[in-house]
Amino acid sequence: MIVKDVVCPFCGCLCDDIEVEVEENRVVAVANACELGTKKLMGEKRMKNPILRDGGTWKDITYDEAIQYTADMLLSAERPLLYGWSGTHGEAQCVGVHMAELVRGVIDNTSSVCHGPSILAIQEVGHPGCTLGVVKNRADLVIYWGANPIDAHPRHLSRYTRYAEGFFLENAFRDRKVIVVDVRRTETANIADEFVQIKPGGDYAVLSALRAIVRGKTEMIPRTVAGVTREQLVRVVDLCKGAKFGAVYFGLGLTMTGGKYKNIRNAIELVSELSRHTKFTISAMRGHYNVYGSNEVNTWMTGYPFGIDFSRGIAFYNPGETTAVDILARKECDAALIVGSDPAAHFPRRCLEHLADIPVVQLDPYPNATTAFCNVQIPVAVTGIDAVGTAYRMDGVPIRTRRVLSTGYPSDEEVLIRMYALMQGAKA
Amino acid sequence: MSELLIRNACVIDPLRGVNAETMDIAIRDGRIVEDVSGAAEVIDVHGALTLPGGIDSHTHICGTKVNFGRYMSPEDMRAGRTPRRGPMHSTSGYSVPTTYGNSYRYSAMGYTTLLEGAMAPLEARHTHEEFTYTPLQDTMANTLFDGNWGIMEAIRDGDTKRVAAIIAWTLTAVKGFGVKLTNPGGTEAWQWGKNVSCIRDPVPYFEVTPSEIIRSVVEANELLGLPHSVHLHCNNLGTPGNYTCTLGSLGLIPDLNKKRQTLYATHVQFHAYGGSGWKDFCSKSEPIARFVNMRPQIVIDMGQVMFGRTTTMTADGPMEFNLYRLHHDKWSNHDVELETGSGIIPVIYRRKNLVNSIMWAIGLELALLTKSPWQCLLTTDNPNGAPFVRYPEIVALLMSKKYRDAEFATVHPDTGGRVPLPAIERELDWYEIAVMTRAGQAKALGIQDLGKGHLGPGAEADIAVYPIRVDEVDPSVDYQKVIEAFGRTEYTIKRGRVVSRRGECLVDGSNATFWVRPKVSDAYDMGKDPDFIEKFDRYYTVRMRNYPVQKEYLNRNRCIETEAGI
Repeated sequence: MIVKDVVCPFCGCLCDDIEVEVEENRVVAVANACELGTKKLMGEKRMKNPILRDGGTWKDITYDEAIQYTADMLLSAERPLLYGWSGTHGEAQCVGVHMAELVRGVIDNTSSVCHGPSILAIQEVGHPGCTLGVVKNRADLVIYWGANPIDAHPRHLSRYTRYAEGFFLENAFRDRKVIVVDVRRTETANIADEFVQIKPGGDYAVLSALRAIVRGKTEMIPRTVAGVTREQLVRVVDLCKGAKFGAVYFGLGLTMTGGKYKNIRNAIELVSELSRHTKFTISAMRGHYNVYGSNEVNTWMTGYPFGIDFSRGIAFYNPGETTAVDILARKECDAALIVGSDPAAHFPRRCLEHLADIPVVQLDPYPNATTAFCNVQIPVAVTGIDAVGTAYRMDGVPIRTRRVLSTGYPSDEEVLIRMYALMQGAKA
Repeated sequence: MSELLIRNACVIDPLRGVNAETMDIAIRDGRIVEDVSGAAEVIDVHGALTLPGGIDSHTHICGTKVNFGRYMSPEDMRAGRTPRRGPMHSTSGYSVPTTYGNSYRYSAMGYTTLLEGAMAPLEARHTHEEFTYTPLQDTMANTLFDGNWGIMEAIRDGDTKRVAAIIAWTLTAVKGFGVKLTNPGGTEAWQWGKNVSCIRDPVPYFEVTPSEIIRSVVEANELLGLPHSVHLHCNNLGTPGNYTCTLGSLGLIPDLNKKRQTLYATHVQFHAYGGSGWKDFCSKSEPIARFVNMRPQIVIDMGQVMFGRTTTMTADGPMEFNLYRLHHDKWSNHDVELETGSGIIPVIYRRKNLVNSIMWAIGLELALLTKSPWQCLLTTDNPNGAPFVRYPEIVALLMSKKYRDAEFATVHPDTGGRVPLPAIERELDWYEIAVMTRAGQAKALGIQDLGKGHLGPGAEADIAVYPIRVDEVDPSVDYQKVIEAFGRTEYTIKRGRVVSRRGECLVDGSNATFWVRPKVSDAYDMGKDPDFIEKFDRYYTVRMRNYPVQKEYLNRNRCIETEAGI
């Protein structure tokens, strides 16, 4: 059986044109997806049932026991952390928010360690953006800044930019210019029309220089800015101003380098400035397939995209204080529920040391680095493979994933609803 | 079976012509009935003002741009916080509250039905997800067609039936309720950084004009037999002298429907400006109201501005960019492929600002100069003119010349020479307010036959009991009591249950979503149209099969089927 128009649950591109061939309830072939998506859809060896740490070994437990363990752990915690959420569907994220609210915990998602600074910049200056199809159909100039889509979002180029057909472009490949800005010559730089190589840490200065040139202050620019010649900067601005529609996509190379959210703020202000001359947009290359969805869900439920602390009853937001890394590094957190992410693979050592000291439950289909820190791990269905639910693409377009396999695994939402019901019962 | 009897209610029910009669209201299983058994729960309201549940026919509460307004504004979130309490979840936000915040605060004011003013079809799923978390009101969404490529091409080809067919397919796919045009043609031009200045400007590439879009879509809307008329946000919002453009747009509309208006023009305050620039900016509410008074086919809503802080958000992307260049605060924009766009900026309306003072006056003037309250409904275009929690003050301003004069004394001193407001003596009565806040909305939206906006047998038992006695309070003098009463009901009843009591929400409810499915012939089923399918596949970035909003997103599914004439 071939399932068409499958939604790929890997990256923020959320490609929804995948074809999956299923035989005997196993995925045997995947068409249209990139290497990353194919690997995820083909599946790895999943955990069979919930496990509980028992001294130095693991003991198999039932879902009922695992769910009760988690509810008890969260109810008895003083400062529980509910973290992750980018790798699950929106319906599960909604239950997570209600759980955090009930136990006055902290709920945070992976954006606090990826595009969190981008969000802080947007909260200062806004975000002139658009859906990916607007870029596909119109953009005659695309700038990738600190992003390497060939490796991280492989189909971004073919579906939306470099190699995409566009309604208003006669010959999209020829008529669309691509500029890549990075500190090293990436694979993506190799397919660019113009590559701007910046000395590490120089993004802010280069953005400021571009803004000055857009404003007609070219004479103020020194001969080179962070390793980029004035001539090239002027050429880039000419390309921008000459474009009918320009689109900037930035990645963690801009967000997580020195200057952090100030870089993004500067980039957004460059785009706002260019909007006075021609059409320009800017967007973040979001990583996990539904990290943007967890920002959206948190926002309509609590008012804030990430890092929400319910300890005072109200939703309180102060990134740097109420974000997962900070709660762990300060050793405040005394229990953690991890859903749809792998903090042990990404968090600083100091946070992991604390994670090792407190009870941790993880909902994840596969063993991962965080498994080593868990007291209980509960295997769940994979959204987009054996569970359905809503995911938000990097540009905010929500898509309902499809189910390609039927397995006996419960979805994140089902497991969380049962935990929440137990917790509500205990609080009543 | 659940039964409830509300005793000694002083009922104003304009759709049935009931004006302040004291009566009992019997409710069984969520609907109003002739009588109930002796076992019914009884609530004696001792003569308190009792109205059908409030209906907001134009508000921005759910969806992509609303949520982005929250996302980009932690300062606004901090400005309105409540903790989890009983069945109430925590809330955040002042001008763009969280979904629970919207729902609880509207419920406390007696509102039971809300129409989201602008839903981009591609992102409809988001709007419906937020509807699910707006538990105490029934919801419906106006669907944006202002920059729809397929529709503009069909108009260029002179094929109104195809326009109707695309609307029918899209409404069904995205579970939309009504047809919204926001700056028709302008949102497409904005995807090139351009705009259309008024109804005669051609849209780049598509070569159709806003007036052609408005006329064709109005015709298509009636071909489909939709409950609501076309809902228009005119071109050229917010610019001095734009009233001529507004009159031109309203002048395009024939009288095509016996049951309701043929055009709903929204937030007309923002479209009733005179002057050639900001220096001679003035009110043109009089010619607009005069025009509306002569044309029963038009209904407008106020789009009242109230002083203070708020967030503006609209599908009108170019307008928000212009506003950004005036205010220099943060600016967000979000263009949506093949369809529409949106923009957001925060603003503060100030009494000390002449333009803002004139805007404030214009909204009130429109309501006071439009003779029939059925033709001018009370809105702030929430949150664009002001957050909806300011409605009680607007009610009081319309009911009291004294209050208006007191407020007028505090606005910019030059306002008097630019607006007719000080010379208007009219004070609206309770009945007219009831029309402007529920009955008129139900009629304009075409939902009175579904049991909305009235309290006759068979109606949905959505009821607001306000702690005020109309025989004891003179609103023209005691306007403060009016503000307090409309700010917090004694009881808000939704589908026969008390959901809110003196501002406290008592249950975690579940809403119904109203949407429309026009039944068209096979020949006009766009789902089978090769050209439509091919264009969809080539230019959208979402597959056609993944585009429709699934039933799972509808909490209580209230599908309205219409017999389309195609």
